[in-house]
Amino acid sequence: MAKPTALYDVHAALGAQFTDFAGWSMPLRYGSELAEHHAVRQTAGLFDLSHMGEIEVTGPQAGQFLDYAVVSAISVLAVGKAKYTMICREDGGILDDLIVYRLADEHFLVVANASNAQVVLRALQERVGGYDAQVLDRCDDWSLLAIQGPNAASILSPLTEVDLPGLAYYTIATGTVAGRSAYLARTGYTGEDGFEIFCSPADAPAIWAAVSAAGADQGLIPCGLACRDSLRLEAAMPLYGNELSVELTPHEAGLGRIVGLKKAGDFVGKAALAERATHPVARIRVGLHPEGRRAPRSGYPVLDADGTVVGTVTSGAPSPTLGHPIAMAYVDTAHSEPGTELVVDVRGTRVPATVVSLPFYARTR
Amino acid sequence: MSVPTELLYTAEHEWLRVDGDSATIGITDHAASALGDVVYVDLPSVGSAVTAGEPCGEVESTKSVSDLYSPVTGEVTAVNEALADDPSAVNTDPYGAGWMFTVAVTATGETMDAAAYSALIEG
Repeated sequence: MAKPTALYDVHAALGAQFTDFAGWSMPLRYGSELAEHHAVRQTAGLFDLSHMGEIEVTGPQAGQFLDYAVVSAISVLAVGKAKYTMICREDGGILDDLIVYRLADEHFLVVANASNAQVVLRALQERVGGYDAQVLDRCDDWSLLAIQGPNAASILSPLTEVDLPGLAYYTIATGTVAGRSAYLARTGYTGEDGFEIFCSPADAPAIWAAVSAAGADQGLIPCGLACRDSLRLEAAMPLYGNELSVELTPHEAGLGRIVGLKKAGDFVGKAALAERATHPVARIRVGLHPEGRRAPRSGYPVLDADGTVVGTVTSGAPSPTLGHPIAMAYVDTAHSEPGTELVVDVRGTRVPATVVSLPFYARTR
Repeated sequence: MSVPTELLYTAEHEWLRVDGDSATIGITDHAASALGDVVYVDLPSVGSAVTAGEPCGEVESTKSVSDLYSPVTGEVTAVNEALADDPSAVNTDPYGAGWMFTVAVTATGETMDAAAYSALIEG
């Protein structure tokens, strides 16, 4: 039986269609996922992301420990800053992608994918030996709501004393939302401006209700995981299990810049990732714009003009914003330049597809 | 979920409305709802032959793609051209404006009545 979030009854009352995701019963859509997608692009959407895995790291050496445990430099983050990073194996294989927030000098919040929360927790617990730091499983202690879209700031600002214009992208502040204690972060997974609200599960229904009411006349609607996937695909954000896996390092994912090879001290995966950085990768993540209207899906083969398999699609869908299919794929580096003409085997039909630069969609700031 | 009693259904979640030796075919409310918003429908061409139980097209949503199976054998006599530009009727009116194609039927595959189909999707 999948675990309900603190907002399950709220979703049920809204008529949500639920899906089991990483052991949680999550809203897939409330009505039309296309309408939900467009709301996030044009006005605002409200998500329950309480399935995400929260892990807190505390102690005098919390920062140095995270420098060792993940691939980026974490101890140098100022309090209130966030960092997108990854946790890798010794061989450089990606265990998960993470956002790490520095809440205080000796207090970090690590947010892992729901499907990997236990993997990340176990890896951190294994790596913490020798450091004066604690790794705390807080997955069930935090609810997470996201309000995403161009109207997010104007909807949220009357509900909080936090200075939202002063809250830069990838920062986090302590405060209240609708009178309830919360952390407010300017982060998201949609390609739009927006905020993520970490709160006690007991406060989640009240915050959800307050945000819903405040946003009703600004086009805010509840949004499910279906549109979250199409939104992140347009923004070319990788999804663990699709674009990221233990078979790949951050370099293949096109995210080698997050690997802090120059940071002080050793970190798990350093030797492998340093070696990987010395030569071009054999395959790399690219965007594809296929002809026609049929979308390549995960697992479909990518071929060159001669019919030789040169890659595999990892995510694909009809883009609601762009009005044509889009896909991400891993292809041999020789075929990765934007403009390269490739072919995708779409269920037995050879569909021409052009390599395009990522992201497919970027908001105008 | 709406399951009109005057129609026949398949285990693949198509419906058919039989009128003499002609049948009109679409996908059920249950199928459309499970797929999510349908954004593309690939239908057989008029004049082509379809075979009961065989795929004859595709129904695609943002999340997934499903084969469309013909519940009957025969020649396609009409397709719903309106779905090419706007397939949203598959979700909003699956048994009406969301119809997909008609066939001059020479043989019918396995079908069930509304009560049996309701039991199938509630099971």
